[in-house]
Amino acid sequence: MSQTDLEIVVDDPTAPEDDSPSVVSSGTIEIVVCLVLFALAATLGYDNWRTGASWDSTGPEPGYFPFYLSVILGGGSLYGLVVALAAHRKEAETFVTRAQARRVMAVFVPTLLFCLVTQFLGLYVASFLLIAGFMRLVGKIALWKSLLTAFLFTAIMFVTFDVAFDVIMPKGPLEAAFGR
Amino acid sequence: MEAFGLLLHGFAVLLTWKTLLLMMVGLVLGIFVGVLPGLGGPNGVAILLPLTFTMDPTSAIVMLSCIYWGALFGGAITSILFNIPGEAWSVATTFDGYPMAQQGRAAEALTAAFTSSFIGSLVAVLLITFLAPMISSFALKFGPPEFFAVYLLTFCSFVGLGREAKHKTVISMSLGLLLAGIGMDTVSGNLRMTFGSAELLRGINFLVAVIGLFGISEILLTMEERLALRGHAASISLRVVLSVWKDLPKYWVTLLRSSFIGCWLGITPGGAIAASFMGYNLAKRFSKDPESFGKGRIEGVFAPETAAHASGTAALLPMLALGIPGSGTAAILLGGLMVWGLNPGPLLFVEHKDFVWGLIASMYLGNVVGLVLVLTTVPIFASILRVPFAAVAPMIVVSCAIGAYAIQNAMFDIWLMLGFGVVGYVFKKIGIPLAPFTLALVLGNRAEDAFRLSMIGSGGNLKVFWSNGLVGSITTLAIVLLFWPVIDALLSRVGLSQGPRPAPR
Repeated sequence: MSQTDLEIVVDDPTAPEDDSPSVVSSGTIEIVVCLVLFALAATLGYDNWRTGASWDSTGPEPGYFPFYLSVILGGGSLYGLVVALAAHRKEAETFVTRAQARRVMAVFVPTLLFCLVTQFLGLYVASFLLIAGFMRLVGKIALWKSLLTAFLFTAIMFVTFDVAFDVIMPKGPLEAAFGR
Repeated sequence: MEAFGLLLHGFAVLLTWKTLLLMMVGLVLGIFVGVLPGLGGPNGVAILLPLTFTMDPTSAIVMLSCIYWGALFGGAITSILFNIPGEAWSVATTFDGYPMAQQGRAAEALTAAFTSSFIGSLVAVLLITFLAPMISSFALKFGPPEFFAVYLLTFCSFVGLGREAKHKTVISMSLGLLLAGIGMDTVSGNLRMTFGSAELLRGINFLVAVIGLFGISEILLTMEERLALRGHAASISLRVVLSVWKDLPKYWVTLLRSSFIGCWLGITPGGAIAASFMGYNLAKRFSKDPESFGKGRIEGVFAPETAAHASGTAALLPMLALGIPGSGTAAILLGGLMVWGLNPGPLLFVEHKDFVWGLIASMYLGNVVGLVLVLTTVPIFASILRVPFAAVAPMIVVSCAIGAYAIQNAMFDIWLMLGFGVVGYVFKKIGIPLAPFTLALVLGNRAEDAFRLSMIGSGGNLKVFWSNGLVGSITTLAIVLLFWPVIDALLSRVGLSQGPRPAPR
């Protein structure tokens, strides 16, 4: 069928299976999101009401705009809650399957750890660890390739941002040891 | 022809080695970003924005807008060769582009896509060149009430004309406006919604939110899918390019129609996706042989690509002339303007002539250079997809973190970015649109200031929004658009309206 000389094929060995069971339905998540948004609207609304949400001689007080926005947000999320509850009885649509959730967590957890490490050891160390670790453990790529890629990428970032463009990133003990 | 003289001046600003080099770098980065899965125009621009903080505004905007053009070009490569639309507006390109690639006409399809992108952008840039100065000089007469009315119109048209469930658009928009209000109130100096936190005092930075919402959440979403891909490698020879170009005049109606649709929809917010589908559907409807669409017809590539690019470019018109972005990427560029210390709005044309005309000139030049670049380097960029996602994903995460941190040098922003990543992931999955949120976040403070300044001016009287013909008609139009679904339903019940339904997605 194909007349082109070359084909590019990339495999995905850890792809999520199609028949993986559902973890949670979209309806449930919608209900949770609406509840969270409603709570947020209530909190922000209260804070703005305290700041002053009335209308004085020069026009609205500082809290006026955000107060009524909180009311709109609260109303919108309540409406969303009712719609989601009404639809919930019917057929449930999958929010995420178990295999998908596993893959998403495989990115999310390292990203979370990366932020934590950045806070204490600086961005460049964290970046090296994230790339090397992710390539090796999640991508099952050869160790030397992972380490080399991580080192090169981190070095390029360091040269581009810290040296060439003077955009200073958070640093930790390692950079301090080198006097940067 | 004052515009023409100023445009020439703009080219003079651009034609330095440094700017041309930045342009090339921007285009290459942009194509790269457009080809990679899980990254797109808005993400690319948002992540690379920090690079420009130490540049002068003109070089910065030239580089950023070139990243944008590059991303627009890049999206077509994956749609045609791999049947994977890099962007939502490239979806319509896959309908005929991928079948063409399967028939071994990949080079032809790619040439068609790039050429029509170029034509679409060119028409839109011409429009900007001549229309933007006129609109902005008209808008110079605007006072706070007029500006508030225009902001209101933007917000209302999102709610009234959006395809998503209305309450979800309202939730997204009010949340964005609320978050924009966090921090110091610019009119009275009071603190709002900070809950005593020193970190929240700065407010929630728009760019940090965008990097999280689009960058991080896109990675999470991409991982959910099967990442295996199978496609065609193609290189474009000069012979193919010339033969496609020779046939171009045959399709002038399609090209012109799509450019027009694109320009129109690009100026109204959030139009590029709708524009590409509408361009495709209309080309099909007016074709003598509609059955052949979807089976590898070259017009099926011309139509959506021209429309998408015309609209992507035209989205910059309201941003330049009025300070109101017409698309997500335009919103980020607007955020950039503020970081570089420029005040978006009609005054830009008066106070920063070099900047504005440099940008407009770079649209011409960037598209020409981009076309040549992309035609010659397709094989290289197509092979980027061979790089495993496990290597690309962490690099994108790191770039996002660098971008988020660099904006205000705050570690808190990295955490905020992560939080917005999760929010973006959940919102996208349950169908809460992110575009109104982005727009509200970037415009929130300006809209509120305009409202309160008009109130101070009028002594708290709401009638100021109907005080003259101009502001009155904008405000009324905004309210009509807000309730458009209701009005439309009423009209069709009476039997007055049988207007065309919007094209199915």
